[in-house]
Amino acid sequence: MSQNEKHHIVKYRTYIFVLLGLLTLTGISVAVTGLNLGPFAVTVALVLAGIKSTLVLLFFMHLKFDQPVYGIMVLFVLAVFVVVMIITFLDYSFR
Amino acid sequence: MSESKQPSYLEYQGKYKGLFGWIFSVDHKRIGLLYMYSIMTFFIVGATLGLLMKLELIAPGKTIMDAQTYNGLFTLHGITMIFLIVIPGIPAILGNFFLPIMIGAKDVAFPRLNLLSWWIYIIGAVIALSSQFMGSGPPDTGWTFYAPYSFKTTTNMLPAVLGAFTLGFSSILTGLNFIVTMHRMRAPGMNWMKMPLFPWTLYGTAWIQLLATPIVGITLLMVVAERTLHVGFFDPALGGDPVLYQHLFWIYSHPAVYVMILPAMGVISEILPTFARKTIFGYKAIVASTLAIAFVGYFVWGHHMFTAGMSGTAQFAFSFLTFLVAIPSAIKVFNWISTLYKGSIHLAVPFYWAASFIFVFMIGGLSGLVLGALSTNVHVHDTAFVVAHFHFIVFGGVGFAFMAGIHYWFPKIYGRMYDESWALTGWVVFFLGFLALYSPMFYLGMKGMPRRYFDYLPEYHGPNIFSSLGAVVMIFGLALIIINLIRSARKGEKATANPWNGTTLEWTIESPPILENFEEIPTVTEPPYHYK
Ligand SMILES: [Cu+2]
Repeated sequence: MSQNEKHHIVKYRTYIFVLLGLLTLTGISVAVTGLNLGPFAVTVALVLAGIKSTLVLLFFMHLKFDQPVYGIMVLFVLAVFVVVMIITFLDYSFR
Repeated sequence: MSESKQPSYLEYQGKYKGLFGWIFSVDHKRIGLLYMYSIMTFFIVGATLGLLMKLELIAPGKTIMDAQTYNGLFTLHGITMIFLIVIPGIPAILGNFFLPIMIGAKDVAFPRLNLLSWWIYIIGAVIALSSQFMGSGPPDTGWTFYAPYSFKTTTNMLPAVLGAFTLGFSSILTGLNFIVTMHRMRAPGMNWMKMPLFPWTLYGTAWIQLLATPIVGITLLMVVAERTLHVGFFDPALGGDPVLYQHLFWIYSHPAVYVMILPAMGVISEILPTFARKTIFGYKAIVASTLAIAFVGYFVWGHHMFTAGMSGTAQFAFSFLTFLVAIPSAIKVFNWISTLYKGSIHLAVPFYWAASFIFVFMIGGLSGLVLGALSTNVHVHDTAFVVAHFHFIVFGGVGFAFMAGIHYWFPKIYGRMYDESWALTGWVVFFLGFLALYSPMFYLGMKGMPRRYFDYLPEYHGPNIFSSLGAVVMIFGLALIIINLIRSARKGEKATANPWNGTTLEWTIESPPILENFEEIPTVTEPPYHYK
């Protein structure tokens, strides 16, 4: 175990900005449901949720301040997830 | 070997005595053995169920049970064997015991979490098995809980499904624990390319446990929601899609096959160099193929659904991807064979098990290609051929590798040696029984005998007699093996620290190991399997 890992201290102000950002995005995703976007409603909801989880991962879960290897792990997991979705839709879009 | 001042992990006396000293122990070695004793108990149950099924099939028509009992029996056999035995299996038993030792650590990264995993395992097992004893009778859907059966059947689905759900957490936590252990606790000098191959396979496995298990967890909760709240996920009457269930189920359950087989391959990669007295051939290729199998294994699940009404595009893609997985598996087999080439082979019981593993694994793997090809799959799907295939892979793979591993590491675990002639007889009898039991099913499947039926047409009678007698022989061999091991654990001859002349770290410490494994954490300078 390496001894010289620094613990990054994040300012409270940063956390508050992130929190406000998350609340705003939540407000937007509620508001969007009233717009009747048809098939794109799900897309918009997922994009907003994706931005929110990225913020949580980066700041609250410290990914931004950790060694890059953890970021790579998360990206790798997301890549697996995306490929699984694409393959699933090889069935549903071609039936 | 220097005289140890510390007592072995078996004699060590902590806060609790007797049984409590085990079920509340956070020592990875004791937890490994807790898993072994629980899994072996379930295995005897599962094997008995299998034997009863084979006895039912010894003659056409009703022999010893009716159709509904048979349905309940194969469901319970599947749930027990898959969720309680082969999925936790090698990682939870041999992995828990040997992973920290082989990477030069005192324990896993989170010892308490490790104990919690065992407790969750036991609780999940109790919930799953309680389905047998409640009001509306044992579940009869098969271990896959396929929709629409799982929301139509009147039997006790909920406890079986919730039990499997609970067991998933045990698997996730073990995987998480192992990943952190390997990233953070390798001994000084042990970089990734000096790590032995069994830990490497556990690493690949751990990522599957961590990422794929939540999917089946959610899926099973969806079944619960469908049954209790009538939310339409899978039931067409409620606007759902039954094929979606199969997608979600196999997105987990195909990678789960690699949770079973990768650690088995790891055990074999440890044993062969030791008994060939020769460095493993193509260490890097084996590591790469381990990671490749774990990775590509995520994308092949649809080969279980070729006849379920998927689109042609998806069928083509899944068939192609399935064939891709065969490549890294074959790389491993070629590397094992090349390891033996010009080796100085020492014939002993673990080696026989490992060699027979390669044989049965090849049959299982090659018959998998028959099933992965679209045209032949249509012909043999849902027949005895499939049953033969996955028993060769899962039982032949995991079972033989576990037997190889336990006969290899037994002297390290208990500090005692087993009776080698008993062990050898057990292997011969078991191996012959195994082949007699499952080989005829390939033939029966190609001739069209469906799986999961308690009855069959008279023309299938001959091979079924042969298969059922094989089951009896195999169970007899199993009894020989287990009796020998239990007796030897208590009364066997004292074993030395390194009876097989192995080179990995577990052979540098005492048999049985002391509580914290090493008197002093070693510094690793050589690659594993370094024979001069
Ligand atoms: Cu599969």
